[in-house]
Amino acid sequence: MLAYAKTGAFIALLLAIGAGEARAQVRLGAVLSVTGPASFLGDPEKKTLEMYVDDINAKGGVNGQKLQLVVYDDGADANAARTFATRLVEEDKVVAMVGGTTTGATLAMIPVFEEAQIPLISLAGAIQIVEPVRKWVFKTPHTDKMACQKIFADLKQRNLTTIALISGTDAFGKSMRDQCVAVAPQAGISIAHEESYGPRDSDMTPQLTNIKGKPGVQAVVNPGFGQGPAIVTRNYRQLGITLPLYQSHGVASKQFIDLAGPAADGVRLPAAALLVAEKLPGNDPQKPVVVSYTDNYQQKTGQPVSTFGGHAYDGLMVFVEAAKRAGSFEQAKVRDEIEKTKNFVGTGGIVNMSPNDHLGLDLSAFRMLEIKGGDWTLVQ
Amino acid sequence: MSELLQFAFSGLTVGAVYALVALGFTLIYNSCDVINFAQGEFVMLGGMTTVFLGLAGVPLPLAACLAVVVTVAVGLALHRFAIEPARGNGAVVLIIITIGASIFLRGAAQVVFDKRFHSLPPFVGGDAIRIAGASILPQSLVVLAGAVIILVLLWSFIERSLIGKAMVATAANELAARLVGIDTRATVGLSFAISAAIGAVAGILITPIALTSYDIGTLLALKGFAAAMLGGIGSAVGAVVGGLLLGLLEAFSAGYVSSQYKDAVAFLVILIVLLAMPRGLFGGAPVERV
Repeated sequence: MLAYAKTGAFIALLLAIGAGEARAQVRLGAVLSVTGPASFLGDPEKKTLEMYVDDINAKGGVNGQKLQLVVYDDGADANAARTFATRLVEEDKVVAMVGGTTTGATLAMIPVFEEAQIPLISLAGAIQIVEPVRKWVFKTPHTDKMACQKIFADLKQRNLTTIALISGTDAFGKSMRDQCVAVAPQAGISIAHEESYGPRDSDMTPQLTNIKGKPGVQAVVNPGFGQGPAIVTRNYRQLGITLPLYQSHGVASKQFIDLAGPAADGVRLPAAALLVAEKLPGNDPQKPVVVSYTDNYQQKTGQPVSTFGGHAYDGLMVFVEAAKRAGSFEQAKVRDEIEKTKNFVGTGGIVNMSPNDHLGLDLSAFRMLEIKGGDWTLVQ
Repeated sequence: MSELLQFAFSGLTVGAVYALVALGFTLIYNSCDVINFAQGEFVMLGGMTTVFLGLAGVPLPLAACLAVVVTVAVGLALHRFAIEPARGNGAVVLIIITIGASIFLRGAAQVVFDKRFHSLPPFVGGDAIRIAGASILPQSLVVLAGAVIILVLLWSFIERSLIGKAMVATAANELAARLVGIDTRATVGLSFAISAAIGAVAGILITPIALTSYDIGTLLALKGFAAAMLGGIGSAVGAVVGGLLLGLLEAFSAGYVSSQYKDAVAFLVILIVLLAMPRGLFGGAPVERV
């Protein structure tokens, strides 16, 4: 009997501590694809959020209150994401949400947060999340469309206007190809020829031979992800094509240079500032942010930094700054302040939101890089 | 003209890869009538093990040899722990077991190695050889030569050696083979070991061209299987011819028809060939098993 009483008292004590904790904390939700096919996105996002929420709490929290991060793993399944979204709203009573990782998961969760009137800051790529603008929905990552525009702007600067596209038939390649085709006329670029390749193909010389044979083509753009662009680059040099070659932000990693080898020399591609943190000039406004994030992330996780974790950092900080300006966690006030975000320097660029723009990035978010001697250089 | 030649070179490069994978199917099929869908994973293991041993500081030639040994060990384990206990269940059950094994090996590779793509330096020079306006990488010639050498060895092994004959006998009728004194269990085990070795060599040869990652096996097995069917499954010559044909079909349809539909065109041709010649190009007449 005594044992029971003791246990009971212990549980009551635990509950009291738990309740005390809960009152002092504000809950921030995050539905991320930590496992599954999108884990290379969701895993760094989760680590980043945990790292920075701890850091913020250690420095006294926000508006005098500590943040409690509630993370659910949707495994890149949109149905699971929606279930977790409902749980965040109804049970966890979060004040805002940073996530989901994928476009599918985000689109599935939007109705839940719109109805509950809770701000959602998505970490997914597609433009459809913020176009058309929804009152409670924001996002931090740059879009394919911006990558296309950045490449086209660089082409115009070099007086190159007629291009050929060779794109992967995977989701990334297709989506970016569509965006590039859509924005080409406005940018004054004409696409003279188009080729594609399967995501697992091991030789693209037939497609490139056709491009080589087209008269008038001045440059080649390759929207693609994975190993395809590396093989395209090698085959490009193998065939001795000398036209400028542009890759996409999808391969903006050291791995691409390793795989393509010496063939990568001279290839240009748009990439987030985060990837070239050390190479940015000292007066670059983003430099302190990206260098500090890179150092923190690599030190805490022992893994190389990726832009995906950076998007999570931006999402969290946009929320935190907005909550500070609002002076409370009242959802409507926080939402209004998120929309008023101006000159926020994040890892993905300088964010200037407005009632018609819930992304707030312009083309300066991308840096044009050229590969020289097996390393990145910034194109001025 | 130079275009035609370039498409042909591309076709031969890709085709040699398919031929090497298709050769791996031949031996196991010849010893137990099973199509081993984990063959693509043998190819992956050969390439990935070499890459990772290389990264660990092992000189590449030694790493390649060790990779073959590791893959053979995996092949033997697959036979001992998955195929052997299920013997007597018919070919379909065994084929499904190999599919399971391929999923398992892919998952294991994801954990043991990583999920990134890797490459190996080419064996002989990286500069393309130019012929009449078209170009081919020296490594493509290495892959082609590898396919021919393995073909010759395999053909003489199956047709000329007693053990090879024992394998064919085991596939034809296991009971009769046992009655004439063939150790059928060891014979089938040996066929898994040699197939694994062929797969590993294929993986090492193609990695400088096609790159490698934990999940390349699935598509390679599919294409290699299509090539083997086209050439006539069980025939070593058919595997190589089928592989090269499939590669050429893909390259020419990518070059002349549309890069969107190249796989569709290639598979359509295979369907037509198999309608006309159900046993493939080199399949021969069906043998009555009495």
